Amino acid sequence: MQMNNAIGPTPLDGRADGVLGKPIDRVDGRLKVTGAARYAYEFEQGPDTTYGYVVPSSIGKGRIRAIHTRVAERMPGVVLVLTHLTAPEQGTGDHHEAHPVLVGPDVAYFGQPVAFVVAETFEQARAAAYTVRVEYDTAHGTYALSDGIGRARVPEAGGAPADSSVGDFNQAFAAAPVRLDVTYTTPLQSHAMMEPHATLAVWDGDRLTLHTSNQMLNRGQAMVARTLRMPVENVRLVSPFIGGGFGSKLWVNADAILAAIAARQLGRPVKTALTRQQIFHVTTHRSDTIQRIRLGTDENGRILAIGHDVLSGNLATEQTFEAAAVQTRTLYAGANRLTRHRLAPLDMPVASSMRAPGEAVGLLALECAMDELAERLNLDPIELRIRNEPNDDPEKHIPFSSRHLIACYQAGASRFGWNARQTKPGQVRDGRWLVGLGVAAATRGNPLQPSKANVRLGPDGIVTVRMAMTDIGTGTYTILTQIAADMLGMPPGQIRMELGDTAFPMAAGSGGSFGAASSGSALYDACMALRAKLARAAGMDSAAARFASGNIEATGQSRPLSALVGANGLEADGSIEPGATLRAYSQQSYGAHFAEVGVDLDSGEIRLRRMLGVFAAGRILNAKTARSQAIGGMIFGIGAALEEAMSLDRRFGCYVNHDLAEYHVPVHADIPDVDAIFVPELDSEANPLKSKGVGELGICGAGAAVANAIYNACGARVRDYPITLDKVLATLPAQV
Amino acid sequence: MRSFTYERVGSPAQAAAAAAKPGARIIAGGTNLLNLMKLQVETPVHHVDVNRLDLAEIEDTQNGGLRIGALVRNSDLAADRRIRERYGVLSRALLAGASAQLRNKATTGGNLLQRTRCNYFYDITMPCNKRVPGSGCAALDGFNRSHAILGVGDQCIATHPSDMAVAMRVLDASVETVDADGEVRVIPIAEFYRLPGNTPQIETTLRAGEVITAVTLPPPPPGRQIYRKVRDRASYAFALVSVAAVVDTANGRIRSARIALGGIAPKPWRIEQVEASLIGAPVGAQTFDAAATAFLEGARGYGDNDFKIPLARRILHAVLTEITRV
Repeated sequence: MQMNNAIGPTPLDGRADGVLGKPIDRVDGRLKVTGAARYAYEFEQGPDTTYGYVVPSSIGKGRIRAIHTRVAERMPGVVLVLTHLTAPEQGTGDHHEAHPVLVGPDVAYFGQPVAFVVAETFEQARAAAYTVRVEYDTAHGTYALSDGIGRARVPEAGGAPADSSVGDFNQAFAAAPVRLDVTYTTPLQSHAMMEPHATLAVWDGDRLTLHTSNQMLNRGQAMVARTLRMPVENVRLVSPFIGGGFGSKLWVNADAILAAIAARQLGRPVKTALTRQQIFHVTTHRSDTIQRIRLGTDENGRILAIGHDVLSGNLATEQTFEAAAVQTRTLYAGANRLTRHRLAPLDMPVASSMRAPGEAVGLLALECAMDELAERLNLDPIELRIRNEPNDDPEKHIPFSSRHLIACYQAGASRFGWNARQTKPGQVRDGRWLVGLGVAAATRGNPLQPSKANVRLGPDGIVTVRMAMTDIGTGTYTILTQIAADMLGMPPGQIRMELGDTAFPMAAGSGGSFGAASSGSALYDACMALRAKLARAAGMDSAAARFASGNIEATGQSRPLSALVGANGLEADGSIEPGATLRAYSQQSYGAHFAEVGVDLDSGEIRLRRMLGVFAAGRILNAKTARSQAIGGMIFGIGAALEEAMSLDRRFGCYVNHDLAEYHVPVHADIPDVDAIFVPELDSEANPLKSKGVGELGICGAGAAVANAIYNACGARVRDYPITLDKVLATLPAQV
Repeated sequence: MRSFTYERVGSPAQAAAAAAKPGARIIAGGTNLLNLMKLQVETPVHHVDVNRLDLAEIEDTQNGGLRIGALVRNSDLAADRRIRERYGVLSRALLAGASAQLRNKATTGGNLLQRTRCNYFYDITMPCNKRVPGSGCAALDGFNRSHAILGVGDQCIATHPSDMAVAMRVLDASVETVDADGEVRVIPIAEFYRLPGNTPQIETTLRAGEVITAVTLPPPPPGRQIYRKVRDRASYAFALVSVAAVVDTANGRIRSARIALGGIAPKPWRIEQVEASLIGAPVGAQTFDAAATAFLEGARGYGDNDFKIPLARRILHAVLTEITRV
C-alpha cells in the first residue's frame, strides 16, 4: 500500500484484548541473556575460516611511497596480505553507494585501511599486521573544522535541502525590538555502540554471503554489489542480531568489503572485526558543528525572525552535511525565516549519520538559545515556547499530521515540579551542590521508507513473518510480533519472526526512526491481505470478520484459522510506500525534556540529579521497549551535553581519545533517575499503525535541557559542548 | 600482540630472577598490561605469572600498622575492615578508581606500577619519549587535558594515574621488594616514583628484576582523613585532580597535616615543607589559600590542562575547609 490517505479505523484500534502497546518483554530476551543470539562475529564457518586484521594509515593525508609486507607474509599462520597493489578494482560512489578499499596509494584520512592481513588465527593476523611497514609522502591536510571555514561550500542536497528562506529574515531581524545572536559549537562524536563492526565472508561459487553487523541490509546488499561489481542477487547479507549501531552501521564498512575480497582471493571464509580503537577512525562519525542562531522577537516574545546557520565538515568527496537546522524549519512560528547549511571539505574520515542526525546537535543550539531568549524577555521558558507554537508548518504552511508539544510541556511541568524553578541562576543549594532546572523541546522528523513483508500461517497454527528487517537492539522482533498477533488474533507465542536476511522480502532496516513504522506497516499490509484470504477461505466477509483467539468469527460463526490454510499453509505479501501524506502533512514527533542538575561548588563537576522526558509519538507499539528507547536516547543526550567529544589532534588529523576509557559516554553512576512517559496520540497521516518513530526522539533536545539546567544552577552559559567542569570553573563563587 | 613464553613461578625470588631476563614482564591482574600488549605498547617476550604466590594477605604489623601483600586485590583492600576503620583515605581512594570489575582483578603491586593514561603513549604511531626514548613528546603541543602541571619538563608531561598511590603517599607507606638473591629492600613511597627528567621511560626506583612483595602502612596518623577525586564523569574516569589529606586540629589550629595531590604530576605530589608550615596555623581561608599557593608553586599548564591550576587550588581549599570543620 502507498500512504496516500489518512488511515481510518483499523483492526489495531480499540483492541482491548490485544497485545500491541502492552509492555511485554522482548521476545528475543532469553536468547540474548543466554548468549544464544548470534552476532556477526559469532557465526562459524568451520575450521577453514581465516581471520583478518586491518592495518590503518598513520597519516592524515598523503601517499603511500612503499609498503613492506614481506615480514608479515612470513609470519606464522599468515595466508594473505592485501594492499592497494593486490586488491581488485572496485566500483565507486559516495559512502551511501559504495565502499571501495585499498584502491590506490593515496591516503585521504587518518586510519584509512592500507593493508589487510589474513591468518589462521586472529592473534596471528594481529601480530603480523603490526609488522607491515608503510613509507608515506605526507601532504598538508586540513583537519579542523575551524580551519576549513574558508573553503566551506553549499552542499548538494541529498535529503533535506541545504537552505530555506521565508519572508525577509535580514530586514525583520534588524528591525526586531528584541534580538539574540549567539553561536554554539558541538564536537566530533563517535557512535560508540557496543558491538564492533564485524563480518564473516563466505563465497559459494560467485555467490557471496556476508554475516555482518549492518542496520540496513538491502542498502548494504546494493553497496556490496556495486563495490565488488557483481549482480545484486548474488550478494546475501545476514544480520539477525546487532549490538547497536546508532548510524555507524547504516552503510557497509571496510570490514565487509575487505573480508569479501580476501575470502574470494583465498577461496576460504574470512572473519574480521574492527578493534575498538580502529572503529573511531575506520568508520563514520558525527561532524562537529558551528551554529549561529539569530532570534528576533517583539516585546512579548513573539518571534519575528528566526535564523539558523550551520557549518559542518566532511571528506571532500562527500556531500553529507550535519542538518542541524532542520528542526528550526518547523519548531517555532515566525514570519521571517532563514536556515543555511554549509559544508567544509576536510581530510578527515567520512562524517555521516549518528543517532538523530541534525536534530541531536541542532537542538543543543536552538533550545539553549530559546532559554537565553526567555531570560532576556523575563519569560518562563515554557511560556516563551507556548507563545511561539505555530498553527501549521511555518515554512510550508501545510498542517501538522499531529503535534502535542504543549501537552508534553504541561504534563511534564506538573509531574517534574517545574514551578519550583528559580528564575535567577545560582539560588538553590544542596550541600556543596548548586542545583538548577532546565527544559527543552524534543522534535524529530517522522519519515516512512518502502518496506515489504511476507506472512504465512501454517496448518500447525504458527505464523511465520519474514523480512530483511533488522533489530539493532531496539525491540523490533517484539513489536512486529505484537503487530502480527493483533492483526491475526493470535497469541504472541505462535508468531515466529524471521528477520535479518536479504533472502527475505526487502525492508527499510533500522535508521532514522523509520524502522518500526516502515516494517510494521508492511507487516500490517501483509496481515490485511492474509486476513482477506482467510476470510475468503472461511466464506466470510473480511470487513465484518473478527480475528481473535486463533479464530475467525462473523455472523455468529467461528472457525479456527489453522483449519482454513490447507496442508501447505496460506501466505500473503504486503508492502508500504510513502505517499501523498508525507507531502501534505508536516510530520514530526515531539516531546519535552526536564532536567535537574547539580554543579559542585568547589570543582564545577556537573552531575545529573533527575530527568523526565514526556513524548508524543503516535501509537506506542510496546510501552516497555518504547520507554527504553526514549530513556536510552535521553542518556545519549546527557552524554552529548556533558561528556562526549572526540579530541582532534589538528597536527595529525587523528582522534586522540580513541577508546572507551578516554572517549566518555555516561556510565551508570552518571544516570541516577531518568524517566520517560508518553502522552496518548494516534497519527492517522503517518502510517497504518498510526505510530511515529521513537528511536531518536529521546536524544533530541535532551542535552539542551541539561545545559539550561546548568545555567540555572550556576549561571554559566556554556555555548561549547560538551559542558565539562573547566568551562564553568570561572563562574563559580569565590571560596571563603 | 606478539608471541611470548609464559612461566608460573613458585616464590618471589624466582619471580625476580625470571623477571630480570631481557624482555620479561611480571603479570598479576593484567588489567593494564594486557591492553598495552594488544596495542603493542608493551611487547614482552616472556611472562612471569605471580598470581599463585602467597602474597594476598593483609597482616597486622608489630608497630600497629598493616602489611598489604602485593597480590591483594584492590576490591579486597578497599573492603578490609582495618583499612576502612583506620585508613579511610586509602579505602576511598581505591573505590574512586577504575570500575568494580577492574578493582576485582587489579592488585596492590600492579596498581603502583600502572602506566600513564597519556593518549599518545597508547598509540604507537605517535612520538612518545616514554615509549620510545628520543622520539619526542606529542602531548607537549598536542591534546593534553589530562596531563601534568607539576614535576614535568619538555621530555614528557604524563601523569601517574593511580588513586591508591596518592593515599598511600599521605600514609607514608613503604614498598617492600625482593630481588633474585632473595634480598629484601624497603623503599619509602616518597622515593618510589621518579620524575621524568630526561628519562621518562624510567618511572620508578625499582631495579631490574626487583619484585614488589608488599606495601606496609605505619600506624595511622592522627586526625581526619579525606580523599576527594575530581573527574569528568561519576565513575570510570581518571582523576583530573585528586587530594588525599590527613589533618589533625585542636582549638582552631592545625596540629599536623599530610596532603598529597593526584592527577597533576608524574607521582603523588606531596610537599612536606608546606605541611610543616601549617603546624600551628589557624584554621581558616587565609591559611588554606597560603597552603594552596605553596603547594602549586611552579605549576604550569600546557594549554588544554591550564584549568588544573585553579582547579587544584579550589580542591585543596575545599578539602582543608572540610577536614578542619568543627
